[in-house]
Amino acid sequence: MSTHMGVPSRGAGLLRTATGAAGRARRLDWTLITATAALCAVGSLLVWSATLPGDGGSPWASTDHLRRHLLHTAVAWAFCLAVASVDHRTVRAYAPLVYLATVVALLLVLTPLGAVINGSRGWIVVGGFQFQPSELAKVGLVLMLASMLGEPRDGETKPMTRDVLFCLALLAAPLALVMLQPDLGTGLVLGAIFLGMLTLSGAPVVWVAGMLASGVAAGFCVWWFDLLEPYQLDRITTLIDPSADPQGAGYNSAQALIAVGSGGFDGTGLFQGEQTHGRFVPEQHTDFIFTVAGEELGFVGAGTILVLFTLIVWRILRIAQGCDQPYPRLLCVGVAAWFAFQAFINIGMGLGIMPVTGLPLPFVSYGGTAIVANLLALGLVLGVNSRDRGFE
Amino acid sequence: MTVRRPPVDPALPGRRLGRVGLILVQLFVVLLFAVLGVRLWYLQVPMADHYRDLAVSNHHQRLVVPATRGQILDSAGRPLVSNRTDLVVSADYHALQGMDDGGEEVLGRLAEVLDVPVEDLRQRMRLCGPTVQRPCWPGSPYQPVTLADDVEPSVALQIMESADDYPGITAQAQAVREYPQGTHAGQILGYLQPVTQEELDAREELRTRFTGVDQVGRDGLERVYDTELRGTPGLRTLGVNNHGEVMDVISDEPPVAGMHLVTHLDLGVQKVAEKALADGIAAQPNADSGAAVVLDVTNGGVVAMASLPTYDPSVWRGGIDQETFDEMLSEEAGEPLVSRAYQGHYPPGSTFKVSSLSAAAENGYSLRSTYACPGSVTLAGQSYQNYAGGGHGSLSLHQAIVVSCNTIFYNFGYQMWQQDGGLHPEGEPDEAMANMARGYGFGSPTGIDLPFESGGRIPDREWKRTFWEQTREVNCRRAEEGYPEVAETNPGHASYLKRLAHEHCVQGFEWRAGEAVNFAIGQGDVLVSPLQLARAYAAIANGGTLYEPRVGRALVAADGSTVQEIEPSVAGELPVSDETLRYLQKALTAVPKEGTARGAFGDFPQDRVSVAGKTGSADQQNKETSAWFASYAPADDPQFAIAVFVHQGGTGGAAAAPIAREIYEAIYGFSGGSKPALPGGEPRDELPVVRSDGSIDVLER
Repeated sequence: MSTHMGVPSRGAGLLRTATGAAGRARRLDWTLITATAALCAVGSLLVWSATLPGDGGSPWASTDHLRRHLLHTAVAWAFCLAVASVDHRTVRAYAPLVYLATVVALLLVLTPLGAVINGSRGWIVVGGFQFQPSELAKVGLVLMLASMLGEPRDGETKPMTRDVLFCLALLAAPLALVMLQPDLGTGLVLGAIFLGMLTLSGAPVVWVAGMLASGVAAGFCVWWFDLLEPYQLDRITTLIDPSADPQGAGYNSAQALIAVGSGGFDGTGLFQGEQTHGRFVPEQHTDFIFTVAGEELGFVGAGTILVLFTLIVWRILRIAQGCDQPYPRLLCVGVAAWFAFQAFINIGMGLGIMPVTGLPLPFVSYGGTAIVANLLALGLVLGVNSRDRGFE
Repeated sequence: MTVRRPPVDPALPGRRLGRVGLILVQLFVVLLFAVLGVRLWYLQVPMADHYRDLAVSNHHQRLVVPATRGQILDSAGRPLVSNRTDLVVSADYHALQGMDDGGEEVLGRLAEVLDVPVEDLRQRMRLCGPTVQRPCWPGSPYQPVTLADDVEPSVALQIMESADDYPGITAQAQAVREYPQGTHAGQILGYLQPVTQEELDAREELRTRFTGVDQVGRDGLERVYDTELRGTPGLRTLGVNNHGEVMDVISDEPPVAGMHLVTHLDLGVQKVAEKALADGIAAQPNADSGAAVVLDVTNGGVVAMASLPTYDPSVWRGGIDQETFDEMLSEEAGEPLVSRAYQGHYPPGSTFKVSSLSAAAENGYSLRSTYACPGSVTLAGQSYQNYAGGGHGSLSLHQAIVVSCNTIFYNFGYQMWQQDGGLHPEGEPDEAMANMARGYGFGSPTGIDLPFESGGRIPDREWKRTFWEQTREVNCRRAEEGYPEVAETNPGHASYLKRLAHEHCVQGFEWRAGEAVNFAIGQGDVLVSPLQLARAYAAIANGGTLYEPRVGRALVAADGSTVQEIEPSVAGELPVSDETLRYLQKALTAVPKEGTARGAFGDFPQDRVSVAGKTGSADQQNKETSAWFASYAPADDPQFAIAVFVHQGGTGGAAAAPIAREIYEAIYGFSGGSKPALPGGEPRDELPVVRSDGSIDVLER
């Protein structure tokens, strides 16, 4: 290991420069990239099917959403590869800036620039262009927390109480703004990112245990003190008994179960789902896209999506294991926590075991900002991998 | 670009600790996704069938496509009930609900063009439910909601042509029941009413074939032949989305139009019967109602059946209001819903003597003997008179029928009562009179293909006892307590009533001489319907066969492809010997020529068509005499039997026989050079032809 340390020789430097691009490409985690690309491809097909007019005509009758989705995905992959090719330490230098930018964007949402879509003030519309700052806030928070927790103060080997408190403040700003929209789903993801990173940061056990406990307690209290919007409370109540109010909050859940369940083992076939094309499940191209997979691709296809997510999160954590520095490792941990938590909540919602919260399925759901944010995060991880494993 | 890698401090525990933590986190993540996988498996493998069923009920919408109801035709193919095409404006419930303003704007525009308050349309758009007041839509929201029917063609055209201004609104033709003959034969035809929830529940297996707007025959032929006339509604299964919008047609089973019912009724004869009856009732000062029945004696077919008062069956169309309905059931209006012809039962008077004569002839009284016809007879201490009080000396039974002698029949009734043991019969009494009456089909429903027929009444010892048992308690109490409420105003009448109650209480089971005597001339407790009487005379005419009367003659498919004849049904044979029957026929033939009906048939061309018949003048307590005439013709080759009844019309010869005569004249074309109502004076034996395009060839007269 030590032979790789120190200042590299000039020749080696030249060689590295000459073969830099190819070498970096070789060191990219192609398993991770392939799994993610596969997920994106399946997602595109599902978005296509979910947005067909439903009159049983040719799939080519309506490709508007598909084309926009493919454009978003292409742009997002460009961002991903661009970020992956930049030194993660360089990115780290911009972490405070990125973080601040996302917080400012979240503030702008609350100004007249913001737009209300689906009951939540979560969008900024400039010209014909609209985006969702809360998605980018996840990237900002991961970067900022990794930067803070991964750089112990002088004389310390791991974050101390002071760092933890500061990180808590870093979480509080975007969390508060997101909850003002209100967007409970994104709030939960931000919380999960924070808890995941804190747990593996080496911070004092008291703090880690305290934070985990208070996270659980907070969730419970929010419910208990009726701080949730009535519709959010309904969604939790109906999770216990989806048939309690089939036309109201339970409708989404009940319809999602019918769509997934009726798919059976091998599904109805792509573009053939009658529930999908009857639009019985609301938001089926965004939050409930997993139900389209369940109906049209069956257990085989939907199970494959589960495997792909497991593989992606597994690979990201593998990369984290390979890091000898806290910052890149925490970066990976943050991204892994994000993807794992969001996918679990989203799919669990489609399967009726999680409350209905507005969260897209990473890489699969329709939504430009979300897919850009997801692939930016992936780019960060790939950047870590292509550099930090060079010594192995 | 230079990479500066900071030296790794081996004292840093981060990496090692982190590794263990990371492995745990990896396992935790795998566990999370495994939970999802298990749940996914549960939903999609063991539970798949359950969710598939739910999915089908989610997006399959079954729509009933109504079948055109068959017409009701007379024997020549003329429509008695047909379908009229109305221009109906209707709305697509889901289309309007799906609009941003819930269809407000469209309804507003529509209200203007239809010239109705928009509130009215708003109410009609609501789905009926326990808390929704009418008007509201009783049908399925997947059927077009009717907003206005019978609109002007110009209005309908305006809506159709500017479809963009009226999204979700359609103006189209829709079939409603029409009565081209107005009130004629209204009671026979019956009417339709919306199907009730009870009927839907009772027809569990047919539930999918009914919707809230289905109409069901409630009375008359519409009720009896409801299934055949209704046809089979089509069933279209539609794939719908979450808004109820139709995506595709999954299966389509087209409707089969209902069959046309060809009846034995002849519109011409029916019209004449109704008119003659109305005129005949109007001619008598106290007459208030009546009936006339024309039967085909060869098969029991009902050629015409009139009952007055009657009503216009079209009042039922489009929903009857409570006021009209109550009025139609009221006594003041003469209960026009009741057909006197087969639902009304009255004492038959002397027309009943055919039964009494048969009973006597079959029980040892010789047809060759003569019998004394004094002006009055005293039997069991009571005096009984002839109708006009005059005596005729000694008469054959033939003469007894022709002049309608009562006293001879009083004696028959009394003597047969005595033979049975009088008040105290030993063993089983013969009840020869009552049994003969039953043999003529009296006392039980004729079995006509019309609903709600009852049987009338033929009283005898058994009936008397049953009646006594049912009334004994009340009578015995009255015998004890008297009638204090009557005594307040009329003590004499009260004590009479009390004596009567005592008598009924103690002896009410007794079939007494007076009752048997009155029975013999169709008085007292004997009740028959005009239809029963017509059928009895038809049986005398045709040689003794008692048919179940039939209005329906054949059911013909709407495209003429199948013809299903309704075969005559024999109810029984008269329990009378041929000799007696011939004797009766001869006697009846003489009545319109030299007997009680000669006045009515004075200038009737009997040489061309000889009429046989019998008059009757029946007394009922507190009422004027009711007139009867029962008959058949031609006497030598009988074809038709006609019974006429005029309630409180006076004597049969004066009030009822002229009506029958008028009907015969119309049938044979004797009245003022008019064409016969029936060609050759015979019922048609061919059926009208229904062509494959649905048109109907009316038979030439």
